[in-house]
Parts: sequence; C-alpha cells; structure tokens
Amino acid sequence: MSGNVWVFAEQWRGRISEITYEALALGKELAGALQVPLEAILLGHNVLPLAGTLGKADTVLAGEHPALAELVPGLYAEALAALVEERAPCAVLIPLTNISLGMGTLLAARLHLPSVNFCQDVRAAAAGIEARCVLYGGKIESRVTAAGTPAIFGIWSGARSPEAGRSDRAPSVEEVRVTVPDDTRVRLKRYIEPEAGDVDITRQEVLVAVGRGIQSPENLALAEDLARSLGGAVCASRPVIDQGWLPLSRQVGKSGLTVKPKLYVALGISGAPEHVEGMRDSSLIVAVNSDPRAPIFGVAHYGIVGDVLEVLPALTAAIEARKEAHSHA
Amino acid sequence: MNILVLLRMVPDVVEELEIAPGGKALDADLLRMMLSESDGHALEEALLLKERYGGVVTVLALDAPEVDDALFTALAKGADRAVKISDAGENPTTLEAAYTFAGWIAGQPDLAYADVILTGVQAIDDLDGLLAPLVAHQMRLPYLGIVTRLAVDVPGRVATAIKEYPGGVRGEFDVDLPAVFGIQAAEKPPRYVPVAKVRAAMKSRQIESVPAPTLAEAGPSLVNVVAMEKPQPAEWAAMLEGSPEQVSGKVCEILAGTGLL
Amino acid sequence: MPDPAASVYLGVLGYAWLWAMAMVSFYLFGTRVWRYAGVLRGARPEKRWDRLPERFRRFAAQVLGQQRLREEPLIGLAHLVIFWAFVVYAAGFFWNLVRGLLPFLPVPYADDVRWMALALAGAGFIGLAALAVAAVRRYAFPPPRLEQSPDAAVILALIGIVLVSWLTGWFARPRLPALAIAMWWLHMATVLGFLAYLPYSKHLHLLASPFGVFFSALQPGGMPAPSEGASRRQEFTWRQLFSGLACAECGRCDRACPAFQSGASLSPKMLMHQVKELVRAPSDGAFQPEGIWACTTCYACMSRCPVFNEHLPLVIELRRRLVSQGEIDARLQEALTNLGRYGNSFGQSPRNRAKWTQGLDFHIKDARKEPVEFLWFVGDYASYDPRLADATRAAARVFQAAGLDFGILYDGEQNAGNDVRRAGEEGLFEVLAEKNRKTLAKAKFSAIVTTDPHSYHVLKHEYPAVNGGFRVWHAAELLDTLLRDGKLSLQQTPPGTATYHDPCYLGRYNGVYAQPRRILGELGVGFQEMPRNREHAWCCGAGGGKIWMEDLPPASGPRERPAESRLREAASLAGVDTLVVACPKDLVMFQDAAKTTGLADRIAVKDLMEVTEQAIAPAREKTHA
Repeated sequence: MSGNVWVFAEQWRGRISEITYEALALGKELAGALQVPLEAILLGHNVLPLAGTLGKADTVLAGEHPALAELVPGLYAEALAALVEERAPCAVLIPLTNISLGMGTLLAARLHLPSVNFCQDVRAAAAGIEARCVLYGGKIESRVTAAGTPAIFGIWSGARSPEAGRSDRAPSVEEVRVTVPDDTRVRLKRYIEPEAGDVDITRQEVLVAVGRGIQSPENLALAEDLARSLGGAVCASRPVIDQGWLPLSRQVGKSGLTVKPKLYVALGISGAPEHVEGMRDSSLIVAVNSDPRAPIFGVAHYGIVGDVLEVLPALTAAIEARKEAHSHA
Repeated sequence: MNILVLLRMVPDVVEELEIAPGGKALDADLLRMMLSESDGHALEEALLLKERYGGVVTVLALDAPEVDDALFTALAKGADRAVKISDAGENPTTLEAAYTFAGWIAGQPDLAYADVILTGVQAIDDLDGLLAPLVAHQMRLPYLGIVTRLAVDVPGRVATAIKEYPGGVRGEFDVDLPAVFGIQAAEKPPRYVPVAKVRAAMKSRQIESVPAPTLAEAGPSLVNVVAMEKPQPAEWAAMLEGSPEQVSGKVCEILAGTGLL
Repeated sequence: MPDPAASVYLGVLGYAWLWAMAMVSFYLFGTRVWRYAGVLRGARPEKRWDRLPERFRRFAAQVLGQQRLREEPLIGLAHLVIFWAFVVYAAGFFWNLVRGLLPFLPVPYADDVRWMALALAGAGFIGLAALAVAAVRRYAFPPPRLEQSPDAAVILALIGIVLVSWLTGWFARPRLPALAIAMWWLHMATVLGFLAYLPYSKHLHLLASPFGVFFSALQPGGMPAPSEGASRRQEFTWRQLFSGLACAECGRCDRACPAFQSGASLSPKMLMHQVKELVRAPSDGAFQPEGIWACTTCYACMSRCPVFNEHLPLVIELRRRLVSQGEIDARLQEALTNLGRYGNSFGQSPRNRAKWTQGLDFHIKDARKEPVEFLWFVGDYASYDPRLADATRAAARVFQAAGLDFGILYDGEQNAGNDVRRAGEEGLFEVLAEKNRKTLAKAKFSAIVTTDPHSYHVLKHEYPAVNGGFRVWHAAELLDTLLRDGKLSLQQTPPGTATYHDPCYLGRYNGVYAQPRRILGELGVGFQEMPRNREHAWCCGAGGGKIWMEDLPPASGPRERPAESRLREAASLAGVDTLVVACPKDLVMFQDAAKTTGLADRIAVKDLMEVTEQAIAPAREKTHA
C-alpha cells in the first residue's frame, strides 16, 4: 500500500486537542506497521507555532489560510479534500471532538471515500486496514474494513494515551498550499465563555463527581460533605448539569472539562463514553453505582455496587473518623 | 417556514444486546427499537421553532420496527406531517439512510426548499458517518453540528445557532438558510405527550407511506463489518464488598495507602 | 302577647312589614342559590342517584347523627346540639313565618303552642350552652387550621341573637309584652337576615352539606370517571364543584394532610375555598391552585371531612389537565415515559422484573404457563428496587412454607397503574391495565394476592373484570387466614417489640386494619400502637406518584417529610424497636427517613413478611446486595 498515514491535528484557540495526541500515537503504530511515514495535517490561520508539538509525526503539513481561522467543518473538509486528492495518503485519522465533528464525514462524502466512526483502534491487517469501533454507547465492538483508500477514521477518545502521542522531537514542517472555497454560509460570530465558577475543577486534586444516581439536588449536600472531607470539589456528569443542579463550570466530559485529579469519586455515574472521556486519566478512580454492570466499572480502579445515597454518607463518616483518629495520634 | 426533522430508530440499549449467529450483526429477535435520543431533541427544537416562528414541521423516517409509534408521537406533539419511507433496505447504514433521505427530499417540490433540516447530532449506530453532514453534502447545503439553540431570521433567511465546544464554551454562528443542523440538545427537554394524545393521533392522523427513491449513487457499502463482539474490558474495577460501613472502611485504607488521607 | 303581624308599626300593618322583609330575604337568598344551581347545571354531569338505601343510611348517620364530627368528642357533641337546636328553631321559624304572612290561617303561632314552645326553650338553652363551647373553642383554644374569618364570627353572633332573642321573648311574654313583641321581630328579622346572608357565607354549608352527604361517593377511592381533566369551571362535575359550597372551613382536612403538615404549598382547605370562589365567580374562570403535585392521595382529607367533601377528584382532574398539557416535572415525565415503554418506573428491561427470584432456593411457578391457585402480583418496587429484594424473597419463602400454590407473571407483569392514574395519566393507565388484563385473561388462577397495597387497590376496584371476576387479597389478609388455618408452623417468636404502620391503600382505602395486627399477635410479637393509627395513620409520602417526583423543599418553615414525622412517632414509643410495614414503598420511605433523622440505630423498619419469616425459619445469614 502506498501513501502515508495522516493524522489531522485538531487545533482550537491556540491549542492542539488531547485526542490529537491519542490519534498520533495510534497513527505512529499504524504507520510503523505499514512502513510508511506519519504526517500530521495542521490547518488554520497563524498556527505554525503549534507544529512543534506534533513531533510524533515525521512531517507536519501546515496549511495556512485566513479563511481557516475558525474550524467550520465544511470549509476544512474542502481544504482537506484537495490535499487528500493531491497527496493520496493511505489512511486519514481524525480526532472526534466537538471541535471538528462532522468534518471527517464531509471529507469522506466529498471524495466518495469510506468513513469509519467511533474507532478505538486502527491496525494493519491482512486485508488492509482494520478498525475496531465502539457502538451502542460502548456496548458493542465492531471490527470493520473499509472499501476504498484512504479511509477516513474518526478516532474516539480512549484509543491510546495522549502521552504516547507526544514527543520532544521537532518534526520537519512543510508548508502546503490550501485551496478554500469561497463559501461563507456558516460564520462564527463569537465565543460565549461559561460563567467563571467559584471553583476550577481542572485544578482540583480530589473530585467528587455526581451523576443521575444522586437523584435530587438536595442530596448534593452529601456530596459536598465528602468533597470537603477529602479537600476537594464537586463536579458532575451531563445529566446533572442539564437539570441545572450545578453550573456548567462543573461539567466533566465531552462537552465539559477534562480533569486529571489524584482521586476521582464517581457517584451514581453510569460511565457513558462522553463522560469517561473527561476523567479517564485520573490517578485513582473509585466508582459507586447500583448497577453491577455499569460501564464506569470498566474505567474505575475500585468499584462499589450499592445505593449512592447509602454509601456516600458512610464514606464521609469513615473518612472523618479516620482523620479524627489520626489527628489524635 | 418549512422545518424538516429526520428521525431514526436505534436499538434500545436498556435491553441486553446479543450478537446474531454469524457474528456480524445484532440479534434482531431480542432487539427493541427506540427513537435515537438526539433525534428526539431535534424534534423538540423543531416544535419550539414552529411555536416561535410559525410554519410547518414535517417528520421523515425510514421504515423500521416501532417507527410508527415514534411518528404518531411526533404528530401528537405537534408535527404537521409524518412521512415513512418504505423499502429502504433492511438495517440501512447511516450513509444509506442519508442517500435515501436526501433523494426523497430532492424529489419533493415543496420540501426541496425546507428552510431548516434538523436531526440528532449523532446516533449510537453511526458506523459509517453522521447523518446531518451526509444529508447536507447530498443536498449541497451548509451544515453545523452539536447545536443546542436556534433562532431564525425568517425573511432574512439566516439562522443563529449555538454550538457546544469543550470546556463549557459555546460558539454563536450565523448560518444561511436552507441548512442542516445536528442537534445535541433542544433548548428545553423533549416535551411529554400523554398516551391519550398519541392514541388519538393513531386514530385520527395519517402517516404517509412513500416508496424509497431509486438512488443513482447506491452501491455496496463502503464499510464492511468483519465481526461484532461484546467488549471484554481490559480491566475491570476491583469490587469492594460489604455493607456501606465496611466498604467505606476499605476505601479509607486505599486512600491512606496512596497518601491521600 | 298581641299578634305581632296584626299590630301596626309606623302606620303599616305588621304582616306587610313581614311580607316586605320576607320577600327581600327570599329574593336575595333565592337569586344567589339559583345562580349557584345554574353553575352546577352547567358543569359536567355525574351520576349520584344510585344505591339509594345506602345513601339514606349515610344521611341518617352523618347528617342527623353527625357521626364524623363526633370523632372530636367535645365539639362533635356541641355541634350535634347546635344542629338539632337549629332544626327545632327552623321549624319554629317557618311555622311563625307562614302564620305571620298568612294571618287568616286558623293556626296559632309556634310560640303559642305549649309543646313547641317548650321544645324551643329547651333547644334554646342547650343550644346556647353548645354555642358557648364552640365560641370558647374557636377563640380561646382554636385547633390549628381552623379558618378564623369575620364570617365565622358573624355566624356565631347571628345564631346567638336568634336563640337569645327567642328566649328573651319567651321570658318577656307574660311580663313585658312590648319587649316580647320587639324580641319576636328581632328574632324573625335575624333569621330572615341570616337566610339572606347564608348563600354569601361559609354557612352555606348548612344548606349544601346535607345534599353533599347524600350525594357523596359510596365506593372507596376518590377516583373520578375518566376525563380529559379540568381547569375551567364547566369542566368539573357538579359534585366536584359542590364540595366548595358544602365546605365549612373547619380545617380538619388540613390537619390530616401529610403534605400540608410537612410544609408543602398544598392545603386541601384552600383547595375547597378556591372551588367555592370558582362557583361564585361572576363569569367562567380557570383554576390554578398551588401545590396539587404535593398530594400523596393518602385519603386522609376525605376520610376526616364531616361533610364528605371530595378533595381527591379535584386534584386528579387538575392533574389530568396539566398532564395533557405536558406540564409535569422532569422526574415524573421520566417515570411516565419509562412506564409506557418498559412497564415499570425504573426504566429497566421487563426481562429483569423477576431477577429478585435468583436469591431463592426454589422455583416459583410461571403463572402464564401453568395454572396456580394464587397469582402473586408482585409490583414494581418489590421487583426492581434492590433495597426491597430481601423483603420480596421473604414473602416468597413465607408463601412456600405455608404450602401455597402460587405463581408470578415474570416479565408479563406491568405496573398495575394505581399511581399512574392518580398522577393524572389516564391514557397510560388504560394501556397498562389493558396489557395486564390480557395477560391475566390467559392465565389460570383462582385469586390474586399482592404484597403491594397500591396494586391491591387498583386491581380490586378499578380493573375491568377478567375471567368472570376474581378475589384480590393483600398478603396480610391471606397470611391472617393461613395462620388461623394453621398452615404455618411457628418456630420462634421474632425478637423485639413492634409497632405497625397502616398503609394508606390498605387501611383508609380498604379498611384492612385487623389482619396485620392479628398476624403480629399470632407471631407473639410484642406490640404497641402509635397514636396516629388505623384511619388516622400518617402517610409515608410516596403515594400519588410522589415517589416519582422531585423532592422539593417546603414552601415555608423547616422541613420534616411525612415519613420522618411518622418514624419519629414510632421511635417515640418507649420499648418499641421495630416499625412493621405492609407496603414496599413504606419500607423504602421509612428506611430513608431512619437515615435522615439519624434514628436508624433506634428503630428498625421491617416488612410484615420479613417478621413472619423470622418466626418460621431459623435465622438466616443475610447477604448484602
């Protein structure tokens, strides 16, 4: 198979997204197996400085264009399509985040190429390239092959660790010419920042996370008690935020924040991929859920099957008791 | 204003999913289907737009088990027209569904100019692409996904859309109409419609059943399933047993061991 | 005393004055009552002419005998006296009025007939004494929630004047004829004035409540006929509106209401008052009462109301309208959606309904596949809530030990729909009931037994007949019979001293009080009653769909949930260490309350079946869920 392995370097507001590094790690393995170079595609406006962080790739193809200042899926898909046609990679890996969602599909449609979604693994196989995709909220895995080259693989969070995709090496940077159609039908006017919360959960060492299992806003006080005992803060999964029980600044997950505390206590959280994406790199994860098969237990280090509203106060009490005992020692 | 909502039925994951013999598909016997969650939000957003700006809401779906229920529910909630496309193939992929939807819409003189086309941001079985951008591409329309709010300047033919970014950031976009939007969540949670109203809709309203359009671009699927499996998580949490007091004690030990206590 | 009607006052004959006064009074009275009647005629119809003998019996006991009022003995007796005094005085008044208006009638005045005068005198004295008791109670020791309106004071005053004026006149007759005549006119004028005032005051209950009692609901349940709900005046039935007219604003309903007493914005009395305002309103209005989602449908208000007002149908009709408009809270919406889709409020697969049976060492028959004598309708909570699995299994073991031929429907069972109906989702109830009916029609059984009072009530009273009708037992009724027939061999006495909480849908709704107590007696468990027992039992707060709704903070005052109040009541009995319940929702509500009140170490909450199991089996090692 000729052609390089491409990873789309997703950048937003001056930073490369974490899943890009996961995709780079994955892309490096794939490129190694196919014995072809790995190239990172960096598109945007004034983004050259970011190229240095993409050292895992052999080369960074940097495409500068003022029209690409904001990631509008349609425009980026067109720019990428031109590049793909020109350079014929053998596979294109695109991180799946809120930032560029839809771009990969548009790119594939534009070129009549296969688009493979929800990939957690992309490997060289006898019949070409095989991907492992998670479907049905994580309950089913499909191994698939694509009929067409390059296939556009949408990389789902959790494929690899971002660390494996970082490198100190300075990649060689090639500036490429991008053609962007004159299409202004979708225009970003402004960003709306979330209201600054009293707490920055990304800086907390301990997070007590509540999900639907907390059942009512009044039980949040129990979670606050535990957080206080542990010297941390309360955060939440999407359903709790959607109900308005906690502000947006406390949301962990795909549409919220990504956190990496030393301790993450997940209470009544089922473990949907969109949430797990935001906390999987926590050092120690303890989960409480009444469903013994909740997906959160596939991510947690320790699990407790039980009623959150029973376990939570017991936990707080036990921790307080221990602190009390040790303060007298 | 013409609002079109594309609805799809997906397996209900509350039920245990089993793999069919052959290992390449789900066991249909044990499957129950339900409306894709974000499609429900798309419908709600459509109804809110109709309440605000007036117009006609048409819901479109491919024939699938239990789709009639979803369509009658949509009518009971306030949709004006429900259309079901039959013979679109068994278990069409997202790409095939997109071709069918776009093909049918293109053949409708009154809907060819649907001002706003809404569907869910993604579905749990979107293996070969997302519906919204695929339909947008087929119809040469602009697309924006992960939308949580829409406002429309009807005479000016422009919509203002709020899109979700990571970290709680939102982006405000202007989008020229007609356009396709992938809805993450409606401004309000999908409304409740009492069972009596759905049953009344089943008696008094009609679902238009139409044949699938012949597709020029039909062809074998571009993505082939080699095998389907239930995931074996590489690791599973070490489960702590006992009463709440007992497990709490164990957690304290663990925390003490890592120096957190 | 000379004939008052024949005397001349200010140049006009007495009976002309009387005619004038009577016409004004009757006009004011009549037009107002006619207006009300018109409103009622314009409301939805409701059949209340059935079972006449029973209605007459109730009328006799409750109107003539004031039975419910006498639950509070002192004021009950006083009111009975006032009522009968009023009857006597009304008779006397009409007698005098007719004689005064038609002086050519060869009939003496009532006051001139010895036995009548004695009756009036006797009634007058005792009536005044009773009135004094009522006044002292109202102003010196008022019970909470008694409406202290100017209206109430006016009525006390008017009744007092009516009695005092007659008695004064009676005394004055032989000695001071002028005073006697003046008192006669004062008396007639006061009564005529009272009559005119009546339809504008809460004392309309005087006229309305006998009809209200006569036309009261004879079957238990307070469930209105299926409808699309109501919010405008003409959308309610005449009987629902009538409750507003019959209400005397005594406040018994508020005192009995667990929602109100825990600080919710629901007041059954205010609900009645608003209905009255709705009837009185000059034009059609809509009804937007607060707090109707706080109602747990515990039936305490209706079971205490002395005039048999029907609070519950109003709540349900209002809920039906809100449901039809989709105006329900998010958690209730989720529960209803789950019920429609999965047949249970937990949102779990129907296939998991019988998972609780996995902890048993015997197989329970599938009543869908083989005939059984007793079809055990388990219920959602007992099946799906992990906290209740032990209690459900205990019931299974008790049935097994008693040699009962029983089976369950496994995943064929759907929520029976009792609380769905009471939450106002009539259409969903019909769907669930239809599915259950079909499943039951195909099964072969002699009777249904259930451990869930909510299912018990709706299956017994609100399900269409299946298989020619069948008896519905609650497990307590059945267990009582089994024990008396010696079907269970008791090995030991369960430890501890217990008190028992009467579930609303078993007790107040269905009168099953004796059986659980007999069971505890048979088992030899030490027993004490709580102060609020039997009909006065204090609801746990879960009914009417409340367990599916958001737990809102109180509208005012500190929070004490109904379950917490009840648990404290149980814990207040020295020596009692166990609260025994006979309803799965009670079990979870009180266990939660034990935690939130910190009383979990003081009092344990157990299901009746768990206690029974302790008596029949050696102690089991409990595994934790």
